[in-house]
Amino acid sequence: MNTTTSPTLNEPAWFRRLLIGAGLAFLGLFLALPLAAVLTEALRQGVGAYLVALQEPVALAAIKLTLIAAGIAVPLNLIFGVTAAWAIAKFEFRGKSLLITLIDLPFSVSPVIAGLIYVLIFGAQGWFGQYLFENDIKVIFAVPGIVLATVFVTFPFVARELIPVMEEQGTAEEEAALTLGASGWQTFWRVTLPNIKWGLLYGVILCNARAMGEFGAVSVVSGHIRGETNTLPLHVEILYNEYNFVAAFACASLLALLALVTLAAKSFVEWRGQAQRALAPIALPAVQPST
Amino acid sequence: MKRIITAITGVALAAGISAGALAKDIKLLNVSYDPTRELYQDFNKEFGKYWKEKTGDNVIINQSHGGAGKQARAVIDGLEADVVTLALAYDIDQISEKTGWFPKDWQTRLPNNSAPYTSTIVFLVRSGNPKGIKDWDDLVKSGVSVITPNPKTSGGARYNYLAAWGYELKKTGNADKAKAFVTQLYKNVPVLDSGARGSTNTFVQRGVGDVLLAWENEAFLTLNELGPGKFDIVIPSVSILAETPVTVVDTVAKKHGTTEVAQAYLEYLYSPVGQRLAARHYYRPFKPESAAPEDIKRFPRLNLFTIDETFGGWQKAQKEHFSDGGVFDQIYVPSN
Repeated sequence: MNTTTSPTLNEPAWFRRLLIGAGLAFLGLFLALPLAAVLTEALRQGVGAYLVALQEPVALAAIKLTLIAAGIAVPLNLIFGVTAAWAIAKFEFRGKSLLITLIDLPFSVSPVIAGLIYVLIFGAQGWFGQYLFENDIKVIFAVPGIVLATVFVTFPFVARELIPVMEEQGTAEEEAALTLGASGWQTFWRVTLPNIKWGLLYGVILCNARAMGEFGAVSVVSGHIRGETNTLPLHVEILYNEYNFVAAFACASLLALLALVTLAAKSFVEWRGQAQRALAPIALPAVQPST
Repeated sequence: MKRIITAITGVALAAGISAGALAKDIKLLNVSYDPTRELYQDFNKEFGKYWKEKTGDNVIINQSHGGAGKQARAVIDGLEADVVTLALAYDIDQISEKTGWFPKDWQTRLPNNSAPYTSTIVFLVRSGNPKGIKDWDDLVKSGVSVITPNPKTSGGARYNYLAAWGYELKKTGNADKAKAFVTQLYKNVPVLDSGARGSTNTFVQRGVGDVLLAWENEAFLTLNELGPGKFDIVIPSVSILAETPVTVVDTVAKKHGTTEVAQAYLEYLYSPVGQRLAARHYYRPFKPESAAPEDIKRFPRLNLFTIDETFGGWQKAQKEHFSDGGVFDQIYVPSN
């Protein structure tokens, strides 16, 4: 946060340069180089081959499915995240710490396990398997399963982003609004939401990036039916295993592009959020809460 | 409320009827193992044409590929395959046993133990064969690095293992010597991938190992796809007959109303068209006379033994060698 160099941190110039250089080299090796590799491989046979690879019906189907999964998972987790964070930050109730633990569960569970949970519940040999099979309801190895797995792994993002923001703001403004006669809904819409909107957007961006990029959990419940249940990350793996490197990297470049857009959007939101906080009429604690 | 329900039912019925009258678009799901991708890409097109001509219906065939064991597991868990075309009978036995969706004697329902095409295991070595690998004996020499997948998860890997075992057993007639031989061989394996394609990528892309134990069709495909001149195929003196069987999943097909087309699909694999395509994609066709002679010429002659004659069938081989605590677990110690 602090832009002026603190006297206690007055390291020699060569040391600072060394640290910065090491950081940049690390960044180049692990981020820039792979990104360049993806793009070179994708364009190895020219832009024509690149575009053809992206217009394959199965590639388009994979893109569509990825968008559907994210399109359902993100709004659901948006609603859930806001309500959960609201409840946790503004109210005291029994089982609050249990709720917080549950929200964090998808972070601590391996995505493969997340997928297997749904296989155990909805698989043909699972709890509801017989019923689903007889009534021709497909959950796993179909779109609903992929959406479920995506919702599960992206569950914590919005809530986790909002809880510290809401806690930091406390309940004073809401209490003031209620005293002045605002209804609960008005309070939320006019007071709470404007205060959290940048944090919310930040959470949504992260949630969306994970939803589109998820591999492990989705791989378990997908069934890998070409053109039907392959999301973009799964499609990349299939193409790679078929020695179709140009198409594999072309699709991978789409995901890389998504990452870059996410990064840009995230930086923008952070910047706007900070600018707004600096202008906020009520003085906020200068120290970021440690999360 | 009643009226609403009636209206909804009416609309649904109308939609159903019109769909039935208009489109005879039939969907079929073929769940297969890793290396058959290219074969079924071509075969599905041909079958689509044939079925359209015969019945006027459009049939869309969806494919799912992966390691044979993994694919069988997915079908057991409810991946609704109308037909399965897997690497070995044992995996299909498992589906029948766990689900009861088709009879246990499924293998008698189509000719040649339900295998329209077969394959075998050969060696892929680096160009010029720098380590001079000619037969199974060369794989246990020190300093030779062998690439093969994990027999716990891969069908091809189980054939690799049993082929090595069968070679030594035939030579010495002694099961203990065969066990020692295979133990020695796996000491030369630096890494076990989970499937055949993974091993091929390890050998070809990552440049690990001196010899890859590979499906014959996968070895040919590697030569073609990744540029000839980089690798050579070495044919051992004997190898194993890999029967790669197919069957209709009766209960699923019945539910989808695809019994007839699923049956026809598998039978078409035995037709001259199917046999010709199998041979073109380096599978040994059941009826070589139906395939193109130039394709058949590419298959080297070698002595093949079967799982049934040498190991008493898949059930027994699986239990003895690959089950938990089986021979493979006893002999394989990861080197690290």
